[in-house]
Amino acid sequence: MKTVNQRAWFLVLPVLFLVAFNALIPMMTVVNYSVQETFGDNLFFWEGLGWYEQILTSDRFHAALGRQFLFTGLILVIEVPLGIIIALSMPRQGFWVPVCLVLMALPMLIPWNVVGAMWNIFTLPDIGLLGYFLNHTLGINYDMTQDPLAAWITIITMDVWHWTSLVVLLAYAGLVSIPDAYYQAAKIDGASNWAVFRFIQLPKMKNVLTIAILLRFMDSFNIYTEPFVLTGGGPGNSTTLLSIDLVKMALGQFDLGPAAAMSLIYFAITLGVSWLFYTLMTKDDLN
Amino acid sequence: MTLDLRNVTKRVGANLHIKETSLTLETGHFNVLLGETGSGKTSLIKLMAGLDPLASGQILMDGEDVSKLNTQKRNISLVHQFFINYPHMTVFDNIASPLKVAGMAKSEIQGRVEEAADILQLRPMLHRRPHELSGGQQQRTALARAIAKESRAVFLDEPLANLDYKLREELRDQLPELFAGRGAVVVYATSEPEEALLLGGMTALMHDGHVTQFGPTAEIYRKPANVISADVFSDPPINIGEITKQGNEAVLNGHARWPLEGEAAALPDGPYTVAIRPNRVLPRRTSTANVRLTGTVLVTELSGSESSAHFHFGDRNWVSLSAGVFPFEVGQEQEFFMEPAHCHYFGADGNRVA
Repeated sequence: MKTVNQRAWFLVLPVLFLVAFNALIPMMTVVNYSVQETFGDNLFFWEGLGWYEQILTSDRFHAALGRQFLFTGLILVIEVPLGIIIALSMPRQGFWVPVCLVLMALPMLIPWNVVGAMWNIFTLPDIGLLGYFLNHTLGINYDMTQDPLAAWITIITMDVWHWTSLVVLLAYAGLVSIPDAYYQAAKIDGASNWAVFRFIQLPKMKNVLTIAILLRFMDSFNIYTEPFVLTGGGPGNSTTLLSIDLVKMALGQFDLGPAAAMSLIYFAITLGVSWLFYTLMTKDDLN
Repeated sequence: MTLDLRNVTKRVGANLHIKETSLTLETGHFNVLLGETGSGKTSLIKLMAGLDPLASGQILMDGEDVSKLNTQKRNISLVHQFFINYPHMTVFDNIASPLKVAGMAKSEIQGRVEEAADILQLRPMLHRRPHELSGGQQQRTALARAIAKESRAVFLDEPLANLDYKLREELRDQLPELFAGRGAVVVYATSEPEEALLLGGMTALMHDGHVTQFGPTAEIYRKPANVISADVFSDPPINIGEITKQGNEAVLNGHARWPLEGEAAALPDGPYTVAIRPNRVLPRRTSTANVRLTGTVLVTELSGSESSAHFHFGDRNWVSLSAGVFPFEVGQEQEFFMEPAHCHYFGADGNRVA
């Protein structure tokens, strides 16, 4: 008879500790706050699901969530096709390949708060290069501290500038991994450029694009630093995205209970949408 | 259909990848391109298919110059070593794709696809996608596409190389009849001499970017035109030695001697190159005409019912390939017996003399 050796569990322990300390325990403190009313002097009162109810029915949360989806939706709609187009037009071999790759990687190497500050200064109406040009040379009234539309255009443009490269690099990696034989087959069939894209390049890029969209969804849905530095959520509340609203609630108003409940709802939405998207995209491959 | 290559070359940068080559390939039999990896088989196919431009020369199909014609207009098919199908199309759509591009009527497409699918036993899989098929079925889909298209020339570039042994044999047996009577020139590239012999037809031996010999497969196997061709069309590699002809006798490495007959006997005295296939060098005496060679056994291999031994002989490595299991001992001196009647003789320029 074979004796079962339980010592293998020791191999799992390091991971268990790591996950416990960097994810589970911090998250449990948030759960803890989310079901209690917190006062100074470490006084806690049980609230049950009250904060969740309050958040889910509050207009403020709905508005922030709506802005968040609008922001994420817009940048996905712009960055994914744009990234694919840029990747398609990049050279596949020769001297210009590393040049293009480095140029593409540059925006992603800049720290997030610097990106925010850069675009803030860049678009200032009186001293910013773009702001001055628009206002004083073209005569367009452009001031993102006054005009919500201008603020949105700036925020979207900034994100497109900062993150389209990620889509480009992933799409490019997918493109260069397509064997020449596929293009030859298409040539022999006399397939058009569109058909080559639709029936060879796009299907072959599907996996990397799934990852690209997933990463861009998660990052943009959780975005904080850049819009905080750029607009601080204004003018008014017009660019107050979920994370900005959350920080206002947690650190500005010190409403720890509602903020904790909102964090968990926020987390659940990010996780749920990512899971749904990934499941839909990979369901073909599984069966 | 005939496919005529007239002095074609292919240049990549400063290098000639295909040196001046002329070939006439015809319908009715397989045209095998045999050569090791890098010998230019794929390059030549890409030239014929119109995927790469010619540096010089002409390609004619039925007498019509197609050198400047693009791939699509040449009406050809290409099946690769890798199973190339459109990933997100069903087997049906994959087979139908060239017909759709050509703007054929739906009912005719249906008929052609089904016919090709029947020949390749793909009928039950028509609605599957390539990733739901085995390697053999994927390659059959690629072949069905070539058949349904009814192209003028079909290029098969090592189509069986990535299939497992059983499937390979099965598909290789089917291939000649698949294309029989279809009127297309069939070109089949392979790196395996055995495959060329099994497919028959005509064979072009390729080495270092040019065709070293072209002719009926069995004939060029029996009579290699030069040392390189003899080497290309032999697996394991053919045994090569330097002999001196003295009167009616050949002397190999100073000690192995045998009388020359026929054409070889008529040659002027002097140095020649001799080549003999491994299966004509045996560890046992089989006739009184045998010439005894002595060498040190380096490597031995048993494969199925054959024994092979690599041995050091003169300053070269020779191979003996014999039926049955022979107990060679590595490092030992071993006697081998060669049949002089099966020797090929080549002159100083490498060309066959007898």
